[in-house]
Amino acid sequence: MIELVSEDRCIQCGLCVKVCPTNVFDTNEDGLPVIARQEDCQTCYMCEAYCPVDALFVAHHADEKVAVTEQDLIDRDLLGSWRAIIGFGSRGKVSMAANDTTPILRQARSGIARGE
Amino acid sequence: MVSEQPEERLVADVLVIGGGPAGAWAAWSAASHGARTVLADKGYLGTSGATAPGGTGFLYVEPDKEKREKAVADRLKSGGYLSEEPWIYRLMEQAYLNIQLVEQWGYRFPLDENGNLYKAHMQGPEYMELMRRVVKKAGVTILDQHPALELLTDEHGVGGARGVNRLSGKSWEVRAHSVILATGGCAFLSKGLGCNVQTGDGQLMAAELGVEMSGMEFSRQYATTAAFGTVTRNRVLGFASFYDEAGNVIHEGGPRQDHFFAVHLHKGPVYAMLTHGNTPEKQAIIRASTPLWFVPFDRAGIDPFTQKFPIKMRYEGTIRGTGGIRLVGDYCSTTVPGLFAAGDAASREKTAGARSGGGAYNASWAIASGTWSGKGAAEHALAHGKSADHRDLRPAGRYGLRHTAESAESIPVREVVKAVQNEMFPLGINYFRSEPIIAASLERLHKQWPLVRGGVGSSATARVQAREAAAMVVNARWMYSAALIRKETRGMHTMAEYPELDEAMSSRLLLSGIGDIRHRWEDVPRSYGSITPAVVVKERQSV
Repeated sequence: MIELVSEDRCIQCGLCVKVCPTNVFDTNEDGLPVIARQEDCQTCYMCEAYCPVDALFVAHHADEKVAVTEQDLIDRDLLGSWRAIIGFGSRGKVSMAANDTTPILRQARSGIARGE
Repeated sequence: MVSEQPEERLVADVLVIGGGPAGAWAAWSAASHGARTVLADKGYLGTSGATAPGGTGFLYVEPDKEKREKAVADRLKSGGYLSEEPWIYRLMEQAYLNIQLVEQWGYRFPLDENGNLYKAHMQGPEYMELMRRVVKKAGVTILDQHPALELLTDEHGVGGARGVNRLSGKSWEVRAHSVILATGGCAFLSKGLGCNVQTGDGQLMAAELGVEMSGMEFSRQYATTAAFGTVTRNRVLGFASFYDEAGNVIHEGGPRQDHFFAVHLHKGPVYAMLTHGNTPEKQAIIRASTPLWFVPFDRAGIDPFTQKFPIKMRYEGTIRGTGGIRLVGDYCSTTVPGLFAAGDAASREKTAGARSGGGAYNASWAIASGTWSGKGAAEHALAHGKSADHRDLRPAGRYGLRHTAESAESIPVREVVKAVQNEMFPLGINYFRSEPIIAASLERLHKQWPLVRGGVGSSATARVQAREAAAMVVNARWMYSAALIRKETRGMHTMAEYPELDEAMSSRLLLSGIGDIRHRWEDVPRSYGSITPAVVVKERQSV
């Protein structure tokens, strides 16, 4: 579930509030997004994908809260890690689609059925 | 309580409800056929739906006579003989044509080992980000965070919808001669990847206008994830070995028997490890094919190639089932004039029959049915002389709404949702279906029904979630009602007491009604001749 909105990084663009498919965020009086309905988070990572400044963090657990600290996430290079893989914000330098290895996935799979 | 006059009002030719792939293709198609089009989505066109977060495969068959004949024959059999040959051909052709457009529009398909573009799989975030741009460029007005709550109707049929803007709390109304329901299937908030937007709202809205549901028994679909996660992509688990709680190997990888996950998870905890991703090269290929699958592992600090992790099954309901709103015309019309359905909200039996077999068929269906419904809806709307603003329309919603409450007591939304989930999620009820267990479950579900006729709070969240609760209760009741009527095993529907396919039931099962549920059988049309041609829309066709 969503666990962090970094006030430090947030530029108050409002995009996360708008793109969240399950309407988890509200905007507070200062214009900052707040996690208002964490229980409605479906752990789809889309907010992170769209955040232009990597201010959001969705933890791995779908049903339980996970305690996180911003510094630890920065140290582990996790803030923005999903957006970097997709390539959103890279101006086309990175594209998850172009790097898709689905067509050669069966090569990696060969040998399994033969028990190698 | 009388319904309030909406604060946001728009008039259009076509209203598309839903912003997943089917809604996007429908809106693009309607606008490309000259209709003023509005798309209203519960979430955001680009992130909504089961496709957007992850990757999805497509039914993509080159226009080669032999390949397509084989694909059709395979599907007729695996679909339990409830699909229709001309519709399968048409599906293949439409998906093929549109995927070429996706390439022209700039989706960066990867190369296969022979250096050819591989177009049978797309990564959801980029696919849906592209579709948003395409829809906008076609001139569609997009209303994000605008869940629809009920349809508008008069004696001529449907005429638009009303809902609430989740960000402002204001009510909205869009009047349009044609409405396309592209709201998705119903997975009962199971948190399968991207599935929580789909709570069966469109099916309830259609039924309130008297439209029948078809194939609701074909809904016995789960997907396997890490127990803590949401990312449902079984192809990664093709590289796994599986273990029981004591650490004994129960499967060493490779092809698994039917029902493998359900049988073992029904007995107790199951753990997996990607033992066949045993070289850095293989690991890199697996990761780059399905990157999101690894995100929760990297965050949890678990290396799935060398560490065991628990797995579970998340229910996918009618999203990867095939049942839904009954279609009657070639362009996805329903029995109500002006009302169309596309994607997982609609019954996919015409193309998939009794089993969807994963994302591929449904992903191509979203493209094709969206395109067809957009054309049908545009033509229906443009045949009217006057705009829909002149019609004497009334709201058609009857359940889970503020103006339809029959008691002052509020709907206990969380409790109702939990009660429905307790009937839909357990493998012992929904997967291993048997008559007495399903019948007892259906009785308990019926007891939830009066609760959704209670009062509804005034906040946008309360209004949306009360309506979702009503939709989920009725979808669950339809599913188990249909399951009990189909006394056989066919496609994805099984019933312990009737383990064989019964030739006498090679028909579709239609349900009608919401409070009282009735049924009838419909013969599968056996037309082998004419195929309705695919819809060809050029990239820059004028709008």
